[in-house]
Amino acid sequence: MNETIELILCGVGGQGILSVAQVLTLTAAEHGLACKQSEVHGMSQRGGTVQAHVRLARGIIHSPLIPAGRAELVVGLEPLETLRHLHFLKPGGTVVSSTVTVENLAEYPERDLVLAELERWPRHSLLDAEALAREAGNPRTQSTVLVGAVSPFLPFDVPLYLDVLERMFGSKGQALVEANRAAFALGRQHSLEVLSELR
Amino acid sequence: MLSEPLLGDEVVARAALDAGLRGAYSYPGTPATELLEYLQGSAEVAKGEVHASWSANEKVALEEALGHSLAGYRALVAMKHVGLNVALDPFVSSALTGSNGGFLVVVADDPGMHSSQNEQDSRVLAEFAGIPCLEPAEHQELYEAVQEGFSLSEDFRVPVMLRLTTRLAHCRAQVHRREPQPPRARRPLPERFEDWILLPVNARRRLGRLLETREKLMAHFDERAVSEVQEGVPGPLGVIAAGLGYAYFREHYPDPGSCPPHLHVRRYPLAPGALRALARKVDEVLVLEDGSPYVERALSGLLADPRVRVRGKLSGDLPRTGELTPELVGRALGFEGVPSRGPSMPLPGRPPSLCKGCGHADLFKALTEVRREFPGLFVTGDIGCYTLGALPPYQALQTCVAMGASIGMARGMADAGVLPVVAVLGESTFAHSGIPALLSALRGQVPMTVIILDNAAVAMTGGQQSLLSGEALLNLLAGLGVDPEHLHSLLPRPQDHAANVEVLRKALRHQGLSVVVAARECLQAARRRKRGLA
Repeated sequence: MNETIELILCGVGGQGILSVAQVLTLTAAEHGLACKQSEVHGMSQRGGTVQAHVRLARGIIHSPLIPAGRAELVVGLEPLETLRHLHFLKPGGTVVSSTVTVENLAEYPERDLVLAELERWPRHSLLDAEALAREAGNPRTQSTVLVGAVSPFLPFDVPLYLDVLERMFGSKGQALVEANRAAFALGRQHSLEVLSELR
Repeated sequence: MLSEPLLGDEVVARAALDAGLRGAYSYPGTPATELLEYLQGSAEVAKGEVHASWSANEKVALEEALGHSLAGYRALVAMKHVGLNVALDPFVSSALTGSNGGFLVVVADDPGMHSSQNEQDSRVLAEFAGIPCLEPAEHQELYEAVQEGFSLSEDFRVPVMLRLTTRLAHCRAQVHRREPQPPRARRPLPERFEDWILLPVNARRRLGRLLETREKLMAHFDERAVSEVQEGVPGPLGVIAAGLGYAYFREHYPDPGSCPPHLHVRRYPLAPGALRALARKVDEVLVLEDGSPYVERALSGLLADPRVRVRGKLSGDLPRTGELTPELVGRALGFEGVPSRGPSMPLPGRPPSLCKGCGHADLFKALTEVRREFPGLFVTGDIGCYTLGALPPYQALQTCVAMGASIGMARGMADAGVLPVVAVLGESTFAHSGIPALLSALRGQVPMTVIILDNAAVAMTGGQQSLLSGEALLNLLAGLGVDPEHLHSLLPRPQDHAANVEVLRKALRHQGLSVVVAARECLQAARRRKRGLA
């Protein structure tokens, strides 16, 4: 199995982590990879922890779940949730996470501590997805900002993502497609800058 | 033809359509909900070629599908594992009537209880009823199993169970589709109907026939399975893997040439010849299966060979509860896990909670306030979004057991002198199995209060259509015989808090049976509706 890519996506129920997963798997399919994407539905979608395992490969994929210590990428829409899933990362893996907290629990740890903990991971791209989504013209495009931020770490050409976004949002009007394209570009730009520093 | 990435539930729906399905019935329940949703969104249903509808509960759904099958067409019913308990009565007896058009009972188990109140294993119930069960390990197999299931059901004239687990039902992958079959001709009705009239005289004869069918099925499965025993690399350990257990096994042996001797169990009843053939090659057998140690338990009887050691959940090599994971399977196979590193700070959990602005929260706030005046108040809960009212900050519920159980349990509490007692359930749960319980309590003149949260949707599973809401619900309650003076309606929203507390106070003070309907549309459903209209 060469060209195997494994990602853990996580966030809080309702944030749109499953649509991040959908864009990535559809793009991977366009790239010619098989996919397995394991999701959590039901109760935890009500504001609880939500995770998706995404496995992409040229050959057969057996397990729907990624074992701990194996993922190239842990991608989070919420920093505490990103921390919660760090044990899936393999040594040398990359963390891509929004820094915008969702504090719907009684004792949310201090935000600075959470972010400092994320920064301890050698390879990380942390971004304010909310601000970038607003900059893209639609605050509801945070998940697409994140897709953009993941994209430099994946081998897929940019037009493939844009086609998928068009397919997903085209029926809801051109304005939404444009906002998502802009959100993708802003997220991608952020990680490209981070990457240039990492190299 | 390669499909788009589909959830396991959707693969079943797609495969059934491609195999000439004509009717499907279901009640929403995680992880099975998306099967009927996919059908309802399909072109085949839009064109009117296939019928797909939500039923009041799983028992009704199974009976509807059985009727459709006996009428001569391919039919399926889909439900979560605990739904099969509700449908158990017609399920077990449908094994005796048998099928006419292919009849698939699709059950999604939830090992690990991601979204369920128990962890039962539906394979046990397939055996209990005496029908075959298919358990695929991955999506392509799942697609093929649907086609096989319909054929088996028609060839052997029995209902066939298709068992999924959460990780298969809620994993997306692409499948190679077969050429869709044209709508199938109706299979004729029998000339005489004794087989379908389960009077004792007929049922005895049918039971004999079912046992014969089971023997034939076992021989049929065994013939196939014997050829599927994989020699592998000779060694002391053999592996018997079912469902996801097989997927995790192969994850550790991606190269088929490197596998130890193994057998992939795909069908039940188990194939004794194949299991013995594998056992002869090895000194010990590791059983990998999700759910109960079903295969493992059967093995000790089937092998009757003390030389072969059976390992699995009973032996302690794998945990007795929860779902299998690639890590657990790896350890049982003797692989070292990959070292991994988590954060160094402790992380608080993030339990699910009611949506911001949800009407259920307003009801729980009012109930919490009025509770101060009734210190002995006991509140039985039920299954739905409002079960989250059991968690902080409300901690308003003291039980959650089964669909509709709040009412029956409240009556039991009242009869035992625990007063006042309140049952809290949603309108869809009430329609599912609360109605007979309320009828019993009404005729028994039991002093209790039933609060029905009418949000006009099956909210927890994604806002499916509710069959009993608004006017229809109030009419039904009046028709059952709820005293109009003690049938209250309220609007659970912040500005009505004081008035709502007063309504609850009045209901609780009443010495007889009172019903409070708290009606406000689910926020998520309203949002979806508005988006749909926009």
